[in-house]
Amino acid sequence: MTIQVSININGETVSRDIEPRQLLVHFIRDTPGLTGTHWGCDTSNCGACVVLMDGKPVKSCTTLAAMCEGHELRTVESLERNGELDPVQQGFHELHALQCGFCTPGMLMTSRALLDENPNPTEQEIRIAISGAICRCTGYKNIVAAVQWAAQHEAGARQEV
Amino acid sequence: MQTPAPFEYERATSVEGAIEALQRLGSEARVIAGGHSLLPMMKLRLANPEHLIDINDLHELSYIREEDYEVRIGALTRHVELERSDLLTLRFPIFRDAEEVIADPVVRNRGTIGGSLCQADAAEDLSAVCSALKASVVIRGPQGERVVGLDEFYIGPFTTAVGEGELLTEIRVPLRPGAGNAHEKVERRAGDWAVAAASAALWTEGGTIAEAGVALSAVGPTTVQCTRAEELLRGKAPSEELFAQAGEIASEDCSPVADGRGPVDYKRHLAGVLTKRALRRAAARAQHQED
Repeated sequence: MTIQVSININGETVSRDIEPRQLLVHFIRDTPGLTGTHWGCDTSNCGACVVLMDGKPVKSCTTLAAMCEGHELRTVESLERNGELDPVQQGFHELHALQCGFCTPGMLMTSRALLDENPNPTEQEIRIAISGAICRCTGYKNIVAAVQWAAQHEAGARQEV
Repeated sequence: MQTPAPFEYERATSVEGAIEALQRLGSEARVIAGGHSLLPMMKLRLANPEHLIDINDLHELSYIREEDYEVRIGALTRHVELERSDLLTLRFPIFRDAEEVIADPVVRNRGTIGGSLCQADAAEDLSAVCSALKASVVIRGPQGERVVGLDEFYIGPFTTAVGEGELLTEIRVPLRPGAGNAHEKVERRAGDWAVAAASAALWTEGGTIAEAGVALSAVGPTTVQCTRAEELLRGKAPSEELFAQAGEIASEDCSPVADGRGPVDYKRHLAGVLTKRALRRAAARAQHQED
Protein backbone atom coordinates (compact mmCIF):
# COMPACT_ATOMS: atom_id res chain seq x y z
CA MET A 1 0.00 0.00 0.00
CA THR A 2 1.20 3.47 -0.77
CA ILE A 3 -0.34 6.69 0.46
CA GLN A 4 0.02 10.23 -0.73
CA VAL A 5 1.78 12.45 1.77
CA SER A 6 2.19 16.22 1.47
CA ILE A 7 4.57 17.95 3.82
CA ASN A 8 5.55 21.59 3.99
CA ILE A 9 9.33 21.62 4.02
CA ASN A 10 11.08 24.98 4.25
CA GLY A 11 7.95 26.73 3.03
CA GLU A 12 7.33 24.51 0.00
CA THR A 13 4.87 21.67 -0.23
CA VAL A 14 6.43 18.35 -1.14
CA SER A 15 3.98 15.63 -2.21
CA ARG A 16 4.90 12.04 -2.88
CA ASP A 17 3.37 8.56 -2.89
CA ILE A 18 5.17 6.59 -0.22
CA GLU A 19 4.86 3.45 1.83
CA PRO A 20 3.49 4.34 5.29
CA ARG A 21 6.65 2.89 6.82
CA GLN A 22 8.88 5.51 5.23
CA LEU A 23 10.77 7.47 7.87
CA LEU A 24 10.80 11.24 7.76
CA VAL A 25 14.59 11.38 7.33
CA HIS A 26 14.33 9.40 4.08
CA PHE A 27 11.35 11.42 2.82
CA ILE A 28 13.39 14.58 3.29
CA ARG A 29 16.61 13.19 1.82
CA ASP A 30 14.74 11.79 -1.22
CA THR A 31 13.64 15.35 -2.04
CA PRO A 32 15.96 17.01 -4.57
CA GLY A 33 18.31 19.46 -2.88
CA LEU A 34 17.56 18.35 0.67
CA THR A 35 20.34 15.95 1.62
CA GLY A 36 21.65 18.24 4.34
CA THR A 37 19.70 16.37 7.00
CA HIS A 38 21.96 13.51 8.00
CA TRP A 39 20.87 9.97 8.61
CA GLY A 40 22.97 8.70 11.50
CA CYS A 41 22.39 6.09 14.18
CA ASP A 42 18.79 5.27 13.18
CA THR A 43 17.97 4.73 16.86
CA SER A 44 17.11 8.30 18.04
CA ASN A 45 20.38 8.56 19.96
CA CYS A 46 22.77 10.62 17.84
CA GLY A 47 20.69 13.62 16.76
CA ALA A 48 22.27 14.04 13.30
CA CYS A 49 18.77 13.82 11.75
CA VAL A 50 17.16 16.58 13.83
CA VAL A 51 14.78 18.86 11.94
CA LEU A 52 12.25 21.37 13.25
CA MET A 53 8.61 20.34 13.24
CA ASP A 54 6.38 23.35 13.93
CA GLY A 55 9.47 25.02 15.38
CA LYS A 56 10.42 22.21 17.75
CA PRO A 57 13.40 19.90 17.18
CA VAL A 58 12.49 16.27 16.46
CA LYS A 59 14.51 13.22 15.42
CA SER A 60 13.47 12.46 11.86
CA CYS A 61 14.77 8.85 11.98
CA THR A 62 12.14 8.04 14.58
CA THR A 63 9.21 9.86 13.00
CA LEU A 64 7.11 8.53 10.14
CA ALA A 65 6.80 10.85 7.16
CA ALA A 66 3.06 10.15 7.18
CA MET A 67 2.83 11.62 10.69
CA CYS A 68 4.10 14.99 9.41
CA GLU A 69 1.34 15.82 6.94
CA GLY A 70 -0.17 19.14 7.95
CA HIS A 71 2.94 20.19 9.86
CA GLU A 72 5.67 22.65 8.94
CA LEU A 73 9.18 21.32 8.75
CA ARG A 74 12.46 23.21 8.63
CA THR A 75 15.71 21.60 7.63
CA VAL A 76 19.28 22.85 7.74
CA GLU A 77 18.90 24.17 4.18
CA SER A 78 16.50 26.84 5.45
CA LEU A 79 19.06 28.48 7.73
CA GLU A 80 20.97 30.43 5.09
CA ARG A 81 18.86 33.28 3.75
CA ASN A 82 19.67 35.51 0.78
CA GLY A 83 23.25 34.31 0.81
CA GLU A 84 23.69 35.12 4.48
CA LEU A 85 24.45 32.46 7.01
CA ASP A 86 22.26 32.13 10.06
CA PRO A 87 24.10 33.42 13.17
CA VAL A 88 24.28 29.83 14.44
CA GLN A 89 26.01 28.73 11.23
CA GLN A 90 28.31 31.75 11.40
CA GLY A 91 29.14 30.89 15.02
CA PHE A 92 30.08 27.32 14.08
CA HIS A 93 32.31 28.77 11.35
CA GLU A 94 33.98 31.38 13.55
CA LEU A 95 34.67 29.08 16.49
CA HIS A 96 35.57 25.87 14.65
CA ALA A 97 32.59 23.99 16.08
CA LEU A 98 32.94 21.11 13.64
CA GLN A 99 35.56 18.79 12.31
CA CYS A 100 34.04 15.99 10.23
CA GLY A 101 30.70 17.81 10.06
CA PHE A 102 28.46 14.77 10.28
CA CYS A 103 26.62 15.90 13.42
CA THR A 104 26.52 19.54 12.29
CA PRO A 105 23.06 19.71 10.62
CA GLY A 106 21.41 18.29 13.74
CA MET A 107 23.52 20.47 16.04
CA LEU A 108 22.59 23.58 14.03
CA MET A 109 18.87 22.85 14.06
CA THR A 110 18.86 21.93 17.75
CA SER A 111 20.76 25.14 18.56
CA ARG A 112 18.49 27.24 16.32
CA ALA A 113 15.42 25.92 18.17
CA LEU A 114 17.05 26.67 21.52
CA LEU A 115 17.81 30.29 20.61
CA ASP A 116 14.33 30.80 19.14
CA GLU A 117 12.88 29.83 22.51
CA ASN A 118 15.57 31.15 24.81
CA PRO A 119 17.65 33.93 23.17
CA ASN A 120 20.10 34.17 26.08
CA PRO A 121 20.81 30.64 27.34
CA THR A 122 23.36 29.80 30.02
CA GLU A 123 26.16 27.38 29.20
CA GLN A 124 24.31 24.70 31.18
CA GLU A 125 21.10 25.32 29.22
CA ILE A 126 23.00 24.94 25.95
CA ARG A 127 24.59 21.70 27.13
CA ILE A 128 21.21 20.30 28.16
CA ALA A 129 19.60 21.38 24.86
CA ILE A 130 22.24 19.58 22.77
CA SER A 131 22.44 16.54 25.06
CA GLY A 132 20.45 14.59 22.47
CA ALA A 133 23.06 15.25 19.78
CA ILE A 134 26.36 13.41 19.72
CA CYS A 135 29.60 14.83 18.30
CA ARG A 136 32.54 12.45 18.20
CA CYS A 137 35.13 15.03 17.08
CA THR A 138 35.04 18.27 18.99
CA GLY A 139 34.27 17.48 22.60
CA TYR A 140 31.39 20.01 22.58
CA LYS A 141 33.43 22.93 23.94
CA ASN A 142 33.52 24.77 20.64
CA ILE A 143 29.93 23.88 19.85
CA VAL A 144 28.77 25.47 23.11
CA ALA A 145 30.98 28.50 22.40
CA ALA A 146 29.48 28.78 18.89
CA VAL A 147 25.94 28.84 20.24
CA GLN A 148 26.99 31.52 22.75
CA TRP A 149 28.57 33.48 19.88
CA ALA A 150 25.29 33.28 17.94
CA ALA A 151 23.27 34.37 20.98
CA GLN A 152 25.50 37.40 21.51
CA HIS A 153 25.41 38.41 17.85
CA GLU A 154 21.65 38.05 17.65
CA ALA A 155 21.27 40.18 20.77
CA GLY A 156 23.58 42.78 19.17
CA ALA A 157 21.58 42.72 15.94
CA ARG A 158 18.33 43.22 17.86
CA GLN A 159 19.79 46.30 19.59
CA GLU A 160 20.84 47.84 16.30
CA VAL A 161 17.29 47.51 15.00
CA MET B 1 19.12 0.71 6.92
CA GLN B 2 16.61 0.10 9.68
CA THR B 3 13.04 0.37 8.50
CA PRO B 4 9.90 -1.11 10.01
CA ALA B 5 8.15 -3.97 8.21
CA PRO B 6 5.23 -2.84 6.04
CA PHE B 7 2.03 -1.79 7.76
CA GLU B 8 -1.10 0.17 6.97
CA TYR B 9 -1.55 3.60 8.47
CA GLU B 10 -4.53 5.63 9.46
CA ARG B 11 -4.92 8.85 11.32
CA ALA B 12 -7.58 9.06 14.00
CA THR B 13 -9.66 12.24 14.06
CA SER B 14 -11.55 11.47 17.29
CA VAL B 15 -11.14 9.26 20.36
CA GLU B 16 -14.25 7.34 19.31
CA GLY B 17 -12.80 6.89 15.83
CA ALA B 18 -9.55 5.56 17.24
CA ILE B 19 -11.40 3.04 19.41
CA GLU B 20 -13.60 2.04 16.48
CA ALA B 21 -10.49 1.43 14.36
CA LEU B 22 -8.83 -0.57 17.14
CA GLN B 23 -11.99 -2.69 17.46
CA ARG B 24 -12.21 -3.25 13.73
CA LEU B 25 -8.54 -4.18 13.28
CA GLY B 26 -8.13 -6.29 16.41
CA SER B 27 -4.85 -7.59 17.75
CA GLU B 28 -2.81 -6.59 14.69
CA ALA B 29 -3.34 -2.87 15.33
CA ARG B 30 -1.26 -0.61 17.55
CA VAL B 31 -1.67 3.01 18.56
CA ILE B 32 1.19 5.35 17.72
CA ALA B 33 1.73 8.71 19.43
CA GLY B 34 5.32 9.91 19.88
CA GLY B 35 6.58 6.65 18.41
CA HIS B 36 9.95 6.85 20.13
CA SER B 37 9.54 3.43 21.75
CA LEU B 38 7.33 1.74 19.18
CA LEU B 39 9.25 2.66 16.01
CA PRO B 40 12.62 1.41 17.34
CA MET B 41 10.92 -1.86 18.33
CA MET B 42 9.36 -2.12 14.86
CA LYS B 43 12.75 -1.52 13.22
CA LEU B 44 14.16 -4.41 15.26
CA ARG B 45 11.08 -6.57 14.45
CA LEU B 46 10.34 -6.83 18.18
CA ALA B 47 6.93 -5.38 17.29
CA ASN B 48 5.21 -6.11 13.98
CA PRO B 49 1.81 -4.43 13.92
CA GLU B 50 -0.05 -4.65 10.61
CA HIS B 51 -1.90 -1.39 11.26
CA LEU B 52 -0.89 1.80 13.02
CA ILE B 53 -3.52 4.20 14.33
CA ASP B 54 -1.93 7.65 14.65
CA ILE B 55 -3.52 9.58 17.54
CA ASN B 56 -1.34 12.69 17.31
CA ASP B 57 -4.28 14.80 16.12
CA LEU B 58 -6.37 14.04 19.23
CA HIS B 59 -5.55 17.31 20.97
CA GLU B 60 -8.38 16.71 23.44
CA LEU B 61 -6.06 14.13 25.06
CA SER B 62 -3.37 16.70 25.80
CA TYR B 63 -3.86 18.52 29.13
CA ILE B 64 -2.77 18.74 32.76
CA ARG B 65 -5.49 20.00 35.11
CA GLU B 66 -6.76 19.83 38.65
CA GLU B 67 -10.22 18.34 39.06
CA ASP B 68 -12.07 16.51 41.88
CA TYR B 69 -9.05 16.31 44.21
CA GLU B 70 -6.94 14.81 41.46
CA VAL B 71 -4.45 16.00 38.94
CA ARG B 72 -5.59 14.65 35.59
CA ILE B 73 -3.16 14.24 32.74
CA GLY B 74 -4.27 13.48 29.18
CA ALA B 75 -2.55 10.46 27.63
CA LEU B 76 -1.17 12.49 24.71
CA THR B 77 0.58 15.00 26.99
CA ARG B 78 4.22 15.10 25.90
CA HIS B 79 7.23 14.74 28.18
CA VAL B 80 8.25 18.37 27.60
CA GLU B 81 4.84 19.51 28.85
CA LEU B 82 5.11 17.38 31.99
CA GLU B 83 8.60 18.74 32.60
CA ARG B 84 7.50 22.37 32.32
CA SER B 85 4.10 22.20 34.01
CA ASP B 86 3.86 24.63 36.94
CA LEU B 87 0.93 22.65 38.35
CA LEU B 88 2.93 19.41 38.41
CA THR B 89 6.05 21.08 39.78
CA LEU B 90 3.93 22.49 42.61
CA ARG B 91 1.92 19.35 43.36
CA PHE B 92 4.19 16.52 42.25
CA PRO B 93 7.77 17.66 41.69
CA ILE B 94 8.65 13.99 41.18
CA PHE B 95 7.50 14.43 37.55
CA ARG B 96 10.14 17.06 36.89
CA ASP B 97 12.80 14.97 38.64
CA ALA B 98 12.03 12.13 36.25
CA GLU B 99 11.46 14.18 33.11
CA GLU B 100 14.84 15.86 33.36
CA VAL B 101 16.49 12.46 32.98
CA ILE B 102 14.15 10.76 30.49
CA ALA B 103 15.98 10.42 27.16
CA ASP B 104 16.97 13.90 25.89
CA PRO B 105 15.08 17.15 25.26
CA VAL B 106 14.53 16.41 21.55
CA VAL B 107 12.99 13.01 22.29
CA ARG B 108 10.93 14.63 25.06
CA ASN B 109 9.32 16.87 22.43
CA ARG B 110 7.62 13.80 20.96
CA GLY B 111 7.18 11.08 23.59
CA THR B 112 3.93 11.01 25.60
CA ILE B 113 2.95 9.86 29.09
CA GLY B 114 0.32 7.48 27.72
CA GLY B 115 2.86 5.91 25.40
CA SER B 116 5.39 5.55 28.19
CA LEU B 117 2.94 3.75 30.47
CA CYS B 118 1.49 1.56 27.71
CA GLN B 119 4.95 0.55 26.50
CA ALA B 120 5.33 -1.04 29.98
CA ASP B 121 9.10 -1.21 29.74
CA ALA B 122 10.35 -2.07 33.24
CA ALA B 123 13.22 0.41 32.82
CA GLU B 124 10.93 3.33 32.02
CA ASP B 125 10.79 6.11 34.65
CA LEU B 126 7.19 7.42 34.55
CA SER B 127 5.79 3.99 35.40
CA ALA B 128 7.66 4.07 38.71
CA VAL B 129 6.59 7.69 39.28
CA CYS B 130 2.91 6.90 38.71
CA SER B 131 3.11 3.70 40.78
CA ALA B 132 4.66 5.52 43.74
CA LEU B 133 1.99 8.23 43.50
CA LYS B 134 -0.79 5.57 43.62
CA ALA B 135 -2.13 6.93 40.36
CA SER B 136 -4.83 5.33 38.28
CA VAL B 137 -5.50 5.35 34.55
CA VAL B 138 -8.68 5.73 32.52
CA ILE B 139 -9.06 3.11 29.80
CA ARG B 140 -11.76 3.70 27.20
CA GLY B 141 -13.35 1.02 25.07
CA PRO B 142 -16.53 0.64 23.01
CA GLN B 143 -18.52 -0.03 26.20
CA GLY B 144 -17.27 3.08 27.97
CA GLU B 145 -14.59 3.88 30.49
CA ARG B 146 -12.99 1.96 33.32
CA VAL B 147 -10.51 3.20 35.90
CA VAL B 148 -7.59 0.92 36.78
CA GLY B 149 -5.09 1.48 39.58
CA LEU B 150 -1.42 1.39 38.67
CA ASP B 151 -1.06 -1.59 41.04
CA GLU B 152 -3.23 -3.58 38.63
CA PHE B 153 -2.04 -2.00 35.39
CA TYR B 154 1.12 -3.99 34.66
CA ILE B 155 0.39 -7.59 33.79
CA GLY B 156 3.88 -8.53 32.64
CA PRO B 157 6.84 -7.21 30.64
CA PHE B 158 5.51 -4.93 27.89
CA THR B 159 1.94 -5.99 28.81
CA THR B 160 -0.72 -3.84 30.45
CA ALA B 161 -4.39 -3.96 31.40
CA VAL B 162 -5.25 -2.08 28.19
CA GLY B 163 -7.14 -4.69 26.15
CA GLU B 164 -7.80 -5.14 22.45
CA GLY B 165 -9.90 -2.30 21.10
CA GLU B 166 -9.15 -0.08 24.09
CA LEU B 167 -7.30 3.21 24.47
CA LEU B 168 -5.65 4.69 27.56
CA THR B 169 -6.98 8.23 27.72
CA GLU B 170 -6.03 9.75 31.08
CA ILE B 171 -3.80 9.42 34.14
CA ARG B 172 -5.24 10.49 37.50
CA VAL B 173 -3.05 11.32 40.46
CA PRO B 174 -4.87 11.76 43.79
CA LEU B 175 -4.30 15.03 45.65
CA ARG B 176 -3.87 14.61 49.40
CA PRO B 177 -2.40 16.96 51.99
CA GLY B 178 1.16 16.65 53.28
CA ALA B 179 2.52 15.25 50.02
CA GLY B 180 6.24 15.03 49.21
CA ASN B 181 7.73 13.00 46.37
CA ALA B 182 10.97 12.50 44.45
CA HIS B 183 12.62 10.37 41.76
CA GLU B 184 16.28 9.28 41.75
CA LYS B 185 18.02 7.62 38.84
CA VAL B 186 21.48 6.38 37.95
CA GLU B 187 22.29 6.09 34.25
CA ARG B 188 25.46 5.28 32.31
CA ARG B 189 25.36 8.48 30.29
CA ALA B 190 22.99 11.41 29.70
CA GLY B 191 19.73 10.22 28.20
CA ASP B 192 20.22 6.49 28.73
CA TRP B 193 17.77 4.11 30.30
CA ALA B 194 18.21 3.67 34.05
CA VAL B 195 20.72 1.24 35.52
CA ALA B 196 18.26 1.56 38.39
CA ALA B 197 15.80 4.25 39.49
CA ALA B 198 13.57 4.77 42.50
CA SER B 199 10.39 6.81 42.97
CA ALA B 200 9.20 7.67 46.46
CA ALA B 201 6.03 9.42 47.62
CA LEU B 202 5.09 10.25 51.21
CA TRP B 203 1.97 11.81 52.65
CA THR B 204 2.53 13.09 56.18
CA GLU B 205 0.10 14.14 58.90
CA GLY B 206 1.38 15.88 62.01
CA GLY B 207 4.91 14.58 61.54
CA THR B 208 3.85 10.97 60.85
CA ILE B 209 3.85 9.15 57.51
CA ALA B 210 0.18 8.49 56.81
CA GLU B 211 0.75 6.84 53.41
CA ALA B 212 3.82 5.87 51.39
CA GLY B 213 4.59 4.78 47.83
CA VAL B 214 7.88 3.26 46.68
CA ALA B 215 8.48 1.93 43.16
CA LEU B 216 11.60 0.93 41.23
CA SER B 217 12.61 0.98 37.55
CA ALA B 218 14.93 -1.38 35.68
CA VAL B 219 15.33 -3.92 38.49
CA GLY B 220 12.61 -6.47 37.69
CA PRO B 221 10.51 -7.86 34.83
CA THR B 222 8.05 -4.99 35.34
CA THR B 223 8.03 -1.82 37.44
CA VAL B 224 8.60 -3.04 41.03
CA GLN B 225 6.10 -1.80 43.61
CA CYS B 226 7.82 -2.17 47.02
CA THR B 227 4.79 -2.97 49.17
CA ARG B 228 6.91 -4.26 52.10
CA ALA B 229 8.85 -1.00 52.23
CA GLU B 230 5.57 0.94 52.05
CA GLU B 231 4.17 -1.05 55.00
CA LEU B 232 7.30 -0.35 57.01
CA LEU B 233 6.99 3.41 56.42
CA ARG B 234 3.29 3.77 57.25
CA GLY B 235 2.53 5.20 60.69
CA LYS B 236 6.14 6.08 61.49
CA ALA B 237 7.97 9.37 61.85
CA PRO B 238 10.37 10.10 58.96
CA SER B 239 14.01 9.44 59.90
CA GLU B 240 17.32 8.50 58.27
CA GLU B 241 17.25 5.08 59.97
CA LEU B 242 13.74 4.40 58.70
CA PHE B 243 14.68 5.34 55.15
CA ALA B 244 17.82 3.19 55.31
CA GLN B 245 15.67 0.25 56.44
CA ALA B 246 13.21 0.87 53.60
CA GLY B 247 16.16 0.95 51.20
CA GLU B 248 17.38 -2.42 52.48
CA ILE B 249 13.94 -3.91 51.91
CA ALA B 250 13.76 -2.44 48.40
CA SER B 251 17.18 -3.90 47.66
CA GLU B 252 15.96 -7.35 48.80
CA ASP B 253 12.58 -7.20 47.07
CA CYS B 254 13.75 -6.32 43.57
CA SER B 255 14.92 -8.88 41.02
CA PRO B 256 17.43 -7.35 38.62
CA VAL B 257 19.26 -9.29 35.93
CA ALA B 258 22.88 -8.79 34.89
CA ASP B 259 23.37 -7.01 31.56
CA GLY B 260 25.53 -4.36 29.91
CA ARG B 261 24.39 -1.86 32.52
CA GLY B 262 25.77 -3.82 35.45
CA PRO B 263 25.78 -6.99 37.56
CA VAL B 264 22.99 -8.03 39.92
CA ASP B 265 24.66 -7.05 43.21
CA TYR B 266 25.45 -3.55 41.90
CA LYS B 267 21.85 -3.02 40.78
CA ARG B 268 20.50 -4.24 44.13
CA HIS B 269 22.87 -1.87 45.89
CA LEU B 270 21.67 1.00 43.70
CA ALA B 271 18.01 0.14 44.33
CA GLY B 272 18.63 0.46 48.09
CA VAL B 273 20.64 3.66 47.93
CA LEU B 274 18.29 5.35 45.46
CA THR B 275 15.23 4.38 47.52
CA LYS B 276 16.81 5.94 50.59
CA ARG B 277 17.75 9.13 48.70
CA ALA B 278 14.30 9.44 47.09
CA LEU B 279 12.61 9.01 50.48
CA ARG B 280 14.89 11.60 52.03
CA ARG B 281 14.02 14.18 49.37
CA ALA B 282 10.33 13.25 49.44
CA ALA B 283 10.27 13.78 53.24
CA ALA B 284 12.00 17.16 52.93
CA ARG B 285 9.43 18.23 50.34
CA ALA B 286 6.53 16.94 52.48
CA GLN B 287 7.91 18.90 55.43
CA HIS B 288 8.08 22.00 53.26
CA GLN B 289 4.41 21.52 52.31
CA GLU B 290 3.32 21.12 55.93
CA ASP B 291 5.23 24.17 57.21
